[in-house]
Amino acid sequence: MQDKTFNIIISGVGGQGVITLLSLIDEAAFVEGYDVKSSELHGLSQRGGSVLAYIRFGKKVYSPLVQDGRADLIIGLELLEGLRVLNFASKDTAVLINKYIFPVLGGLPQEEIIKKLNESFVKKMHIVEASGICKEKLQNEVVSAIYLLGYAVGKKLIPIKKESILKAIENIVPEKYRELNIKAFNLAYGDN
Amino acid sequence: MKKILLGNEAIVQGALEAGVDFVSGYPGCPSAEIGDEFLKLSRLQSNRGSTMTTTAVGASGQKENGVYSEWSTNEKVALEAAIGASFSGLKSLVNMKSFGINVCSDSLFPLAYTGTKSPMVIVVADDPSCWSSAQSEQDSRGYAYLSHIPVLEPSDPQECRDFTKLGFELSEKFNIPVILRTTTRVAHQRMPVEFDEVGSRPQKTGEFIKNHHQFSTMPPRVLEMKKELLEKLEKIKAYVEKTKINKISKNPGSEKFGIVASGVAYLHTLEALKELDLNVPILKINLFYPLADKTIASFIKKIKKVLVVEELEGYLEKEIKAIAKDINLNLQVFGKDLLSKTGELNTEKVILALSEISNFKIQNSKFNLLSGRQELKIPRRTARLCEGCPYWNVFPVIKRIAPEGTIFGGDIGCNMIAGLAPHSMHDYLFSMGASLGISHGVKKSTSQKVISLMGDGTFFHAGIPALINAVYNKSNPLVVILDNRITAMTGHQQNPGMGKTGMGEDTEELKIEEIAKACGVKHIKVLDPANTKEFENAIKEFLDKDEVSLIICRKICKLLEKRQNSPSQIISPD
Repeated sequence: MQDKTFNIIISGVGGQGVITLLSLIDEAAFVEGYDVKSSELHGLSQRGGSVLAYIRFGKKVYSPLVQDGRADLIIGLELLEGLRVLNFASKDTAVLINKYIFPVLGGLPQEEIIKKLNESFVKKMHIVEASGICKEKLQNEVVSAIYLLGYAVGKKLIPIKKESILKAIENIVPEKYRELNIKAFNLAYGDN
Repeated sequence: MKKILLGNEAIVQGALEAGVDFVSGYPGCPSAEIGDEFLKLSRLQSNRGSTMTTTAVGASGQKENGVYSEWSTNEKVALEAAIGASFSGLKSLVNMKSFGINVCSDSLFPLAYTGTKSPMVIVVADDPSCWSSAQSEQDSRGYAYLSHIPVLEPSDPQECRDFTKLGFELSEKFNIPVILRTTTRVAHQRMPVEFDEVGSRPQKTGEFIKNHHQFSTMPPRVLEMKKELLEKLEKIKAYVEKTKINKISKNPGSEKFGIVASGVAYLHTLEALKELDLNVPILKINLFYPLADKTIASFIKKIKKVLVVEELEGYLEKEIKAIAKDINLNLQVFGKDLLSKTGELNTEKVILALSEISNFKIQNSKFNLLSGRQELKIPRRTARLCEGCPYWNVFPVIKRIAPEGTIFGGDIGCNMIAGLAPHSMHDYLFSMGASLGISHGVKKSTSQKVISLMGDGTFFHAGIPALINAVYNKSNPLVVILDNRITAMTGHQQNPGMGKTGMGEDTEELKIEEIAKACGVKHIKVLDPANTKEFENAIKEFLDKDEVSLIICRKICKLLEKRQNSPSQIISPD
């Protein structure tokens, strides 16, 4: 267990499963014995709008919010939303983004967003085709968030063990969806 | 037992531990999960009652929790229901978002006078930064001054659970309702919470024992009641001082500087101090009202500077300035001069405030708050209608058919999205039901065409009196009710138009067209907005009427439809 508080930002579009991903990471960190604080938004801010959630775990955590430039890991469930939250990154932040675009009025084309991401100051930039792979291999895009989590754990972008995530899935995902979630997690974890 | 809970879930847990019997409320963000959780428990319980499902539910380990719960038609009615329960000897909890307290205030004030018989906690959830709120960035703590009702302010889910219990204790001890005031970052914060598991118990039947002297505010008794209330508050104040409900991290002693903080801002303060490696005494205000003057006086007596960290209004700051006048004239009080009255606070803002006051300089390299920030121009992604939402068939049609210059009144709920691009229709947006009240005023004042847009939930909540007023005072706006068969925006709560109670029981299905007819509306059409031609004709015809006219666009919310068609699938807006 590490002493320093680990800060995570999750961004996406309402309906992409931001809160499910947040609950799983919260639970897994709790299973490992960390103190955890997280913050999320519901309601109007969620109806197809940008969703931003914060998770912090460590020995003792006070504020549920992450400061600008202080994220250790950013998980973007959508390209533009990933780009939007780069203010939370420093050059050492690991940034993991789903290569998936949810169009918005006046938005940037996919290539341009990817270019901007790759040209940013972030050194550890991972742009992963989570939605595409989940759709192809599991016929379900909704679990792409869990796929990204599998990727993050596999690549050690997050100081949480695989067993803790599996335990978290068991603790909080309804039984009938467990297998699908575990499959999505392993699909990315196993690639590493 | 320790488990990760959302602030709102922790409130439910605290209330169950306190033995709550009766829960009422109106859904709003960020409070809705409180009512949702209670209703889930009540549904399990009522299922248990029917023989078919007894074993299934029993096998899943659910226990009878003995709680009656409901979604009421609005917050005033919700509070009144709880008053009835309290007077009948049941422990009650009322839940609402910030604006709900405005709606229920008419009955809230006399409730402070009569006091409660059985304890009552009223949860009010504010939304600094207006993440999910139109209308205003309200600081509901101000109601403490108007109503003389004690206000507790938790910072995190653990305190949500603890203070809910404390609220019931205070309410029981002093026969006064207690407000538990949360904010978005408290209600929607998660953390590991310690709690006690609650055993099963049957639902309690109360008894109303007549007591005109306590329950009726007729003058001249009402003035006696006010006097009794003020005396009660003095007793509460003494109790608060004695039991140390507000917490001091360490006594200032020889220190020159101290901090007073409340709510989630207290957590940002701790974080800021940790970050700056500072050790400053903090007084954490847990009970905002009645304020423990003596505790504050002893805290600020010897220090030279104090920073008050509170979100939104500077209520505590003003109180502290007043106390300082008597005991420490030279005290420099900082607060809203450094921390904005608008928008939620965060660690950065507190760090900046601390750096302004203290002698230490924030090193640019370490605390440059803009480090790593890129100047990116990214288009905003605002809320939008869901895919397949029936409103896609409503807004464009109205916009196309209504003559140039037509005035559009917006209302609260999913139909608020009519105000955003690409629809951009609203000419005004206020509060629940206000689209119609204002439309009437515009109609009376001008010769312009006016159309009010309102959802089904809002119609039941506050639309009916406005409709009656428009008919009675001979106005003629066109009202379009967007009846998607549920209160959708706040997470799919039942309403009186559905034929189901919050607990899932069958009940009378109230028909908006029948209510409108009974209110004297002569021109009413009920249609499926997918029938564009019919809808267009109705708009054209009704806009020329000399009396109030009403079109009900009735089509089920797409998310609800999906869920009904595949009950095994969990589809939620999040």
